Amino acid sequence: MELDEIVARHIGREGPLLPILHDVQAAAGFVSEEAIRDIAQALNLSRAEVSGVVSFYHDFRRTPDPRPAIRLCRAEACQARGSEALAAHAERVAGERVRVGTVYCLGLCTVGPNAMVGDELHARLDEGAVSALIGAM
Amino acid sequence: MTLVRIPDDALAVACGADRVARRFEELGATVERVSSWGMHWLEPLVEIDGIGFGPVGVADVEGVLAGGSDLSVGRIEDHPFIASQTRLTFARAGKTRPLSLQDYAATGGWKGLERARAMTAEAITAEVTASGLRGRGGAGFPAGIKWETVRTANGVRKYIVCNADEGDSGTFADRMLMEGDPFVLIEGMAIAGLAVGAAKGFVYIRSEYPHAVRKMEAAVRLAAPLVAPFEIEVRVGAGAYVCGEETSLLNSLEGKRGEVRAKPPLPAHEGLFGCPTVINNVLTLAAIPYILAEGAQAYADYGMGRSRGTMPVQLAGNIRFGGLYETAFGATLGELIGIGGGSASGRPVKAVQVGGPLGAYFPPSLFDTPFDYEAFTARDGLIGHGGVVVFDDSVDMAAQARFAFEFCAAESCGKCTPCRIGAVRGRETIERVIAGDPDGLALVADLCETMKFGSLCALGAFTPYPVMSAITHFPADFVVEERV
Repeated sequence: MELDEIVARHIGREGPLLPILHDVQAAAGFVSEEAIRDIAQALNLSRAEVSGVVSFYHDFRRTPDPRPAIRLCRAEACQARGSEALAAHAERVAGERVRVGTVYCLGLCTVGPNAMVGDELHARLDEGAVSALIGAM
Repeated sequence: MTLVRIPDDALAVACGADRVARRFEELGATVERVSSWGMHWLEPLVEIDGIGFGPVGVADVEGVLAGGSDLSVGRIEDHPFIASQTRLTFARAGKTRPLSLQDYAATGGWKGLERARAMTAEAITAEVTASGLRGRGGAGFPAGIKWETVRTANGVRKYIVCNADEGDSGTFADRMLMEGDPFVLIEGMAIAGLAVGAAKGFVYIRSEYPHAVRKMEAAVRLAAPLVAPFEIEVRVGAGAYVCGEETSLLNSLEGKRGEVRAKPPLPAHEGLFGCPTVINNVLTLAAIPYILAEGAQAYADYGMGRSRGTMPVQLAGNIRFGGLYETAFGATLGELIGIGGGSASGRPVKAVQVGGPLGAYFPPSLFDTPFDYEAFTARDGLIGHGGVVVFDDSVDMAAQARFAFEFCAAESCGKCTPCRIGAVRGRETIERVIAGDPDGLALVADLCETMKFGSLCALGAFTPYPVMSAITHFPADFVVEERV
C-alpha cells in the first residue's frame, strides 16, 4: 500500500502516528528514512519527533531484513519451562537463514515454551518442534 | 448430529484447537467455537453435552466421537479446578461464544449498563466506591475514587482508557477476557463513560496479542449500537513493556514515545490529550458490570481486609495444572500452588514469582501469605496483576536477579536516571557477584534503594523486588564456591 493511502486512512484519528507506523511497517517490513520524512510532513511534526517514536518501539525497524523470522518467548514463565535452552537450540538450527528474535510474553504462560511466527502462535515447544518450525520457514 | 464445543482462545489455538475443530467437522460433527474454561493443561479442551475431553489432538477426534476416549475429564462444571472457583468476572468463561450478542444477553449481559442508565453519574461512582473494587492492573488504587475524581474534574472532553497492555510474564487474564468475553469489557467501559461524562473510550492492546486485537475490534463493531452514543476505538501497542505504565500508555496513544510522565498532574485531571481520563486495567473495567447489576454489596461480600471481591489469579510457569483461577481475596499462596498441583516437572517447588517481572520471588516458607494487597506489601512483595509463576529446584536465583535488571534495562523508557542507568549498573554488579566478588551484594542493595525511591514509575521502582527477594530468600545461590 502506498504511503499517502496509509496516511489518508488514519489522519482523521486522534493520535494517528502509531496506527500509521504499524501499517508502514506491515507493508514494507521497515520504516524508511523517506517514510519518516513524508509522515512528518503530513502530520506537521518534525522528522526528529517521528524518528524518536520509531526508535522507541521494538516493533518498528529502521532497516529491512527480508529473512523469515521467529520470535521465542524468553520471559520468566517460559524460562521456568526451559525456554533458555530452547533458544540456544533455535539459534543453532536457524543459522543465518532465519532471524530468531525474542518476545517478552505471549500470554500463554502455562503451555510454554512458546513462539510466534507472524501472527501465528505455537505452544508446548521442544527441540524437535522448533527444528520443524524453523525448517519449514 | 453431535454438537462439539471447542475454544477459539489464542492459547487453545496455539495448542492445535483449529486443527482439532476441522477434524470434528470432517467427521460430520457441528462445531461451536466458545471461550476457554481456563484449564490450560487440558487444552484443546473439547466439550460434548457438558462432558470435557482434553487435551485432544487430531488423532483423538475419532475416539472422542465414538465415545471410547480415555481423555474424558467428566462434567467440566464439576471439575474441582472449576467448582472451587468464584467466577464473577469470568462467569461466562467456557460457556459462551465470544462474539455472540445473543449469548451475552442471555447470560445477564447489559444488565449493569441498563441499571447505570437509570442512575445519576454520582450514584454510579458511589456504587463502585462502595464495592471496594481496586485497580487490578497492579497499583490497587480504589476505582471509585479515581472515577469520582474524573467525574468532578473540569473538562469538556473526557476519556475512558482501558489498559490492555498486559506485558507481565505469567499473566493472561486480560487476554482471556478480551478473547473470551469482550462484551463485558465494552459494557464496563460504557458504564465508566456514563459515570464520568466521557463520550469516547480507547482500548490499548499490546501487539503481542493479535487474536485479542481482532476479537475486540469485531466486538466493538457489533456492540456499537448498544453502547451509543459512547464510542470505543481499539489501538495496538508496539512492543514496549513500559507502555503498561499508565502515563506511558497515554503518551503512546497520543502518538509519542512511550515515556513516563511525572505525576502530578494525575491522569484523572490531565490525562489523554490533556483531558480528564479514567485509565483502568481490563479486569477492573470487566468487574464493573457485575457490580452494577448485582449491587456493590454483592461484590464487597467477597474478599478480606481492604481487598474486596475476587481476583482472577493466573497459575503459570512450571505448574502441573496451570490456568485461570478466579477466587475471593484471602486464599494463601500455598493453597493456590496446591490447586495447581505443584510443579509440572515433578521436582520440588523452589520459588514462585508473584506479580510479573517486577514482583518478588517467594520461597516455600512464605507460602502462607494470603492473596491480599496489604499482606503482600508487608512481605516486600506485590500481587500486581495476579500472575503466579512457579519455578522448580533447578532455577538459579542469581540468574533470575540478573534477568530482572536485564529486563529493566531493555524496557526502560529512559526518562529517569535511576531506572535507565541503575538497571545497567545493576546487571553488571550482579555479574560481578556471580563471578565471585563478595562486595557486590552490598552495592546491589544500595542501588536497589536508589531505584526504589528515585524512579518515576513502577518499572524502575519495582525492579528491586525480584532482585532483593532473590538475594534475601535464596542467599545460597549468590555464594560462589571457593576456587582452588
